[in-house]
Amino acid sequence: MAELYNTPNLDELENGPWPSFVTGLKRLASDSHAGAEMARDVLGTLETSYVTKKGYWKGGTVGVIGYGGGIIPRFNELKNEDGTYKFPAAGEFHTLRIQPPAGMHYTSTLLRDMCDMFVDNGGSGLIALHGQSGDIMLQGATEETTQTIFNTFNDYGFDLGGAGPAVRTGMSCVGASRCEMSNVNEQAVLRTLVNAFLDDMHRPALPYKMKFKVSGCANDCMNTVQRADFAVIGTWRDDIKVNQDLWKAMVADKGRSYVIDNITSRCPTSAMTLNEDDSITIDNKNCVKCMHCLNVTSPLTHKYIAKGDVEPILATGDDKGVMIIMGGKRTLKIGDLFGSVIVPFMKMDTADDFEAIEDLAGEVIDFFAENALEHERTGEMIERIGVVNFLEGIGLNVDPNMVNSTRTSSYVRMDTWDEEAVKWFENKAEASA
Amino acid sequence: MAEAPRMPIESGCPDPIQYMHPTMRRNYGQWAYHDRPRPGVLHHTSKNNEEVWTVRCGTARQMDVYTIRKLADIADEFADGFVRFTMRSNVEYMVADGAKVEPLIAALTEAGFPVGGTGPSVTMISHTQGWLHCDIPGTDASGIVKSLMDELHEEFTREEMPNRVHMTTSCCQINCGGQGDIALNIQHTKPPKINHDLVANVCERPTVVARCPVAAIRPAMVNGKPTLEVDEKKCICCGACFPPCPPMQINDPEHSKIALWIGGKNSNARSKPSFHKLVASNLPNNPPRWPEVGAVVKNILSVYKDDARDWERMGEWVDRIGWPSFFEKTGLPFTKFHINDWKGARHELNSSAHIRF
Repeated sequence: MAELYNTPNLDELENGPWPSFVTGLKRLASDSHAGAEMARDVLGTLETSYVTKKGYWKGGTVGVIGYGGGIIPRFNELKNEDGTYKFPAAGEFHTLRIQPPAGMHYTSTLLRDMCDMFVDNGGSGLIALHGQSGDIMLQGATEETTQTIFNTFNDYGFDLGGAGPAVRTGMSCVGASRCEMSNVNEQAVLRTLVNAFLDDMHRPALPYKMKFKVSGCANDCMNTVQRADFAVIGTWRDDIKVNQDLWKAMVADKGRSYVIDNITSRCPTSAMTLNEDDSITIDNKNCVKCMHCLNVTSPLTHKYIAKGDVEPILATGDDKGVMIIMGGKRTLKIGDLFGSVIVPFMKMDTADDFEAIEDLAGEVIDFFAENALEHERTGEMIERIGVVNFLEGIGLNVDPNMVNSTRTSSYVRMDTWDEEAVKWFENKAEASA
Repeated sequence: MAEAPRMPIESGCPDPIQYMHPTMRRNYGQWAYHDRPRPGVLHHTSKNNEEVWTVRCGTARQMDVYTIRKLADIADEFADGFVRFTMRSNVEYMVADGAKVEPLIAALTEAGFPVGGTGPSVTMISHTQGWLHCDIPGTDASGIVKSLMDELHEEFTREEMPNRVHMTTSCCQINCGGQGDIALNIQHTKPPKINHDLVANVCERPTVVARCPVAAIRPAMVNGKPTLEVDEKKCICCGACFPPCPPMQINDPEHSKIALWIGGKNSNARSKPSFHKLVASNLPNNPPRWPEVGAVVKNILSVYKDDARDWERMGEWVDRIGWPSFFEKTGLPFTKFHINDWKGARHELNSSAHIRF
């Protein structure tokens, strides 16, 4: 067992009540597994960063046979004068991105097997659950051990995730498996989308990253609207279900002021009216499915519901489906972008529905591959070419749900207005047929 | 002849049903309502009248295999061998028997995993890789997060905030950490320092020129060698040139500072999703504990906790009281840097007579 470096700065991070990654790294470094020295030298490298306030990792090219991406290569830049590594066992410290089960469900056996498969094949033993794209990050492999570690995980049933200009690992919320707000089989939608485009994940050939994320309702626990090029959000289009008896019991218990201040007046479209008899009337046509009233009332239900009953105070409707919002991303290069509504509603029940969303995603990826500039995200491409060109490119019709307001600039050529108006009426007729 | 290499099995994203707690599997899509018996615990009831209790605990995110095996042992002892992770690296144990909740909490606490992060609490900070593994980090991520979560530990284990507080940390302005009610991102304040001897050998120059969002980079010749130069008046110090061209060093141990942003929200509840906005900057990048950052974060949280109404997320609170009040209540300085001069900035200016006196 090798002696640990002196790490006075990192030692400070072992104090305090929150679990410490430094304690974990030290445990790995003090062990006898093959990757222990790598963990020790990573600690040495990190302590150097804490002293000099500089990072010491550079990228490169490391992959596994058959794939072009999925490994994050890191080579140590801290070198002695003769060019040898200052922390030789951490000369290479690559990360394998492994796709987790949708919804991030694990068994204890799976967790243990993953730990064993990683360290028994020479990995450092440091695992992030999970990275910002959702991957299981096996942190600490050399070029030599990368292939062996991957083979073992791959034989076990796990696959590499995406890195670079590729379809990335996706994320879906806990949704249907444990949430009453769920409007769709989130985990099935995610697997449909990601698994249909594995070639574009494993062999990066897109202009830049392409992310799918799925949230079961507009609470958007997966941050789809700001982090996914292709965000799927569950919703419904019929009425909120109201249990008036429970609602009245809640008003009687919590008081009208509480209900007005915390529920009805927080409705963003003023669609709720608290009646004189303490019942509630909801203008469902104006409900925008924001989730607030459901979020407040669901945790109160248990106080008023009779044993054996399962109808809560308020519940989502029955005519469920998804909306698709495209083009969300963070800063680079033109600044933050929210995704924009591209499909206001789509049923997601049958095999045909799932095929339809897969086809649409295929259209989007093809259009993106052909039309985006290098290092340009979907949202930036849409901003550059205009959303109308994008919609025409992927074969979708315009819809007033796509805008916050109609245009304010009159600098536009409108000589095909009549044809476009005809299209609107034809599409409406087709939709209602 | 050499043996043919093993080709990968492109199995993609695994089916979670096989790893899901049986109560969740049986009631998939059938949940009716939930309540929160105490901070860190969710109790869901299904339309089949089955119940499941979820106990959530925090982790360090970057975990060693011993920690993960410990989590697995606890799952075996109390939760039928099942766990799941949240996107903020918390662990959730599901139990179908309410009597197991308290012993499970005791075991997690004993093992050093704080129980909390549900409801109106400050939950685990989602973050990037920082000095541990990133190739362009201006600061660490795991270390700042550990320091802050030590200080906010009680806000994790309690539910005393007006609404949930999601925090994020990013080790550069590319901001892989994402949007947050409070986001801590390092801000480079000086243009890149160029090593002209290396540029021609290392960088694909047109790619670097194209990457710059303000067209501040142009080809140049220095000492007879092709290289790049930066118009420092135009440069916004974003660091986008550094990944494709490491000889354009952006990280600066002294001049890279930490900036705080607030009011980011992904949820559509009540108000539409919002981006986080700048509130403080020029905080020193001061490992190993970043005390100056912790002080500003705690100040903002304490003012929000006192002043916001129930259910108001941080951005919604500021929208109600107005930005002048925010700066007054927090004592933070308002500077010219708070006023956006980037693309589309006019939309962020006040064009109304709505002023509070």
